[in-house]
Amino acid sequence: MSVNDNLFVIILASAIFYGTPLVFASLGELLAERSGVINLGVEGMMLLGAVCAALVASNIDGPAALILPLALVAAMAAAGLGAAIHAFLVITLRVNQIISGLALTIFAGAAGLSSYLANVWGLGKNPAINQFGRMNLFGLKGVPVLGPIVFDQTMLTYLSWLMVVLASVYLFRTRMGMHLRAVGESPQTADSVGISVVRYRYGHVIVGGMFAGIAGACFSLTIVPTWANGLTSGQGWIALALVIFGFWRPDLTLVGAYLFGALSSLRFTLQARGIDIPSALLNALPYLATIIVLVLVSNSRISRKLGSPAALGRAYEREER
Amino acid sequence: MSIASRVGLRLEPRVENPRWMNWVVPIGSFLTALLVGAVLLLITSQNPISVYQRILERGFLDSGSLSGTFISATPLLFTGLCAAVAFRVGFFNIGGEGQFYVGAVFASGIALALGADAQSWIAVGAMVLAGAVGGAFWAFIPGILRARFRTNEIITSLMLNYVAGIGATYLIFESDSFWRELGGTGAVFPKGKIIPLTAQWPSFNLGSLVVPFGLVLGALIAVWLHVLQKRTRFGYEMRVVGGAPSTARYAGMRPSRVIVSVAMISGALAGLGGAADVGNFRHVLDPKGLQQSGFGYAGIVVAALARLNPLAVVFVAIILGGITNAGYALQGPDFPAGLVGTLQGLILFCTLGGEVLVRYRIINTRRQVRAVAAS
Repeated sequence: MSVNDNLFVIILASAIFYGTPLVFASLGELLAERSGVINLGVEGMMLLGAVCAALVASNIDGPAALILPLALVAAMAAAGLGAAIHAFLVITLRVNQIISGLALTIFAGAAGLSSYLANVWGLGKNPAINQFGRMNLFGLKGVPVLGPIVFDQTMLTYLSWLMVVLASVYLFRTRMGMHLRAVGESPQTADSVGISVVRYRYGHVIVGGMFAGIAGACFSLTIVPTWANGLTSGQGWIALALVIFGFWRPDLTLVGAYLFGALSSLRFTLQARGIDIPSALLNALPYLATIIVLVLVSNSRISRKLGSPAALGRAYEREER
Repeated sequence: MSIASRVGLRLEPRVENPRWMNWVVPIGSFLTALLVGAVLLLITSQNPISVYQRILERGFLDSGSLSGTFISATPLLFTGLCAAVAFRVGFFNIGGEGQFYVGAVFASGIALALGADAQSWIAVGAMVLAGAVGGAFWAFIPGILRARFRTNEIITSLMLNYVAGIGATYLIFESDSFWRELGGTGAVFPKGKIIPLTAQWPSFNLGSLVVPFGLVLGALIAVWLHVLQKRTRFGYEMRVVGGAPSTARYAGMRPSRVIVSVAMISGALAGLGGAADVGNFRHVLDPKGLQQSGFGYAGIVVAALARLNPLAVVFVAIILGGITNAGYALQGPDFPAGLVGTLQGLILFCTLGGEVLVRYRIINTRRQVRAVAAS
């Protein structure tokens, strides 16, 4: 038995595989929340992205190198549009962010538009023709321990790592990132020094939606990999928790996503090994763990220090100044 | 200069609301949603007129359709009240879904425990109580966590939905629990025990119309909630806590106690919905069916459309119940699944947008500037 069949290695490798959509989705939500807008529509946007990616990947003939990026663009466009509805409602019309986000998930979700479009387009009968497969990067798959964990992932995982680095640099090392944080902390102050609160919020909510679209595409192009109704099975909601879990920081959010991925893949791995643990307990574990962590970080003073945007969830009314 | 002001539009809070707006705006929003839906249907090469016509017929007009609509409306009524009560005090209970499951588990449990010998009214009463207790218990968790630790109730109540779903699945599919039918076909295909006939909730026949007991109960509770919110001290505290928590604290109220109480009332309502689902319709604990229905989430739509008013919840629940019922009846190649949720979402978007017209006046700043320049 080689080192790479070690339980620890397998769990870590699959944690990264299953955690990848969570990284994208929570990164997108993080950007929106940093601007002060909470978007509970992640699940809906992911499903929109998943269905559009599946449409492109299974209906358009061509080389994978062309079709797959196209599928991602379609996913981003669809989910971005969904996010734009939310942005318009909460930023321009100042609708309650919680209710508008929920409306987006109901509109686009498993019993809504994503399922409707899939039915109209006749998706889900066959596996996607074009998929993001595992890469065996630099042919290093066989390297002990690191091989399966680092070098045998899909292109989407490597893209997510790049995005985490970019987002961290953007947030904490660039002027725009600083402005963004200002908008989320104190829109009045930001406005008074000439930062357009409205523009920053629109931009980041929509870009956040695009990330959710890629997260959805992870399911229909890699994990499932075809269209199935409600295929994200509530992972969009987990992404919301991960943002808090990761204290609104991209790097910690990535850790949280993989922790969650590990917990969700644990049951497959353990069952495959014939280790008998009640699967209900293992299934419930990620959700219970999220609650416990939330309680631990929810002291408001701590959470402010850790990065919770002070203006999160509040509409900015310029006239009120 | 913000985009909105460059375009020349500005929102200004209204000082007074013209009465007609309370009617015209919601109806206008509803029609707008149908219009947007029609565009969507046209793009996906469906005939909007025939789709809407069939929804109207199968949901409301055909003989017997209204009885089916009442069945679909009953769970929505309870989960709608659940969300409406909680959102009023700023407690965003997204956990109606899980509280509904737990109510169904408790209610079916007590019905099975009482057995076939119990008198009908005792069995039904016990189920109502058990469902409410189960839902209240499940909502107490996010409630107390919010009150004690300020933990975000949106996420915790949501996580508990999954835990409840997993728990109910465990009872029927992964264990030899008290709820599971182990004899007969149940030995091969996991399913729940059917509750005894005496525990099955009655329905009232009004001519050709069948009104389930659950719907009547829900409507009565809606009236009670309306009175509670408008006429009692506790209702007053709810309004203050919902509007201005710090004011409530200065006034000597205890916001956290109000929030925990409201969370439990809210959960009890969803739990009652679960009890009604078992008692009036399914007669069995069916975790798969419960999780596919998503009544808890749809209840949030109901509450938002009803603008959190309990009496309006009854009305909205019946309308959305009609659309849902038509969706079940019509499902097929020329009425794709998912259309119902899409329409519900559109209606909600348009209503939310329309409400802005009620709360704010939209002012064309460019015209103002021109007027100033002209004078």
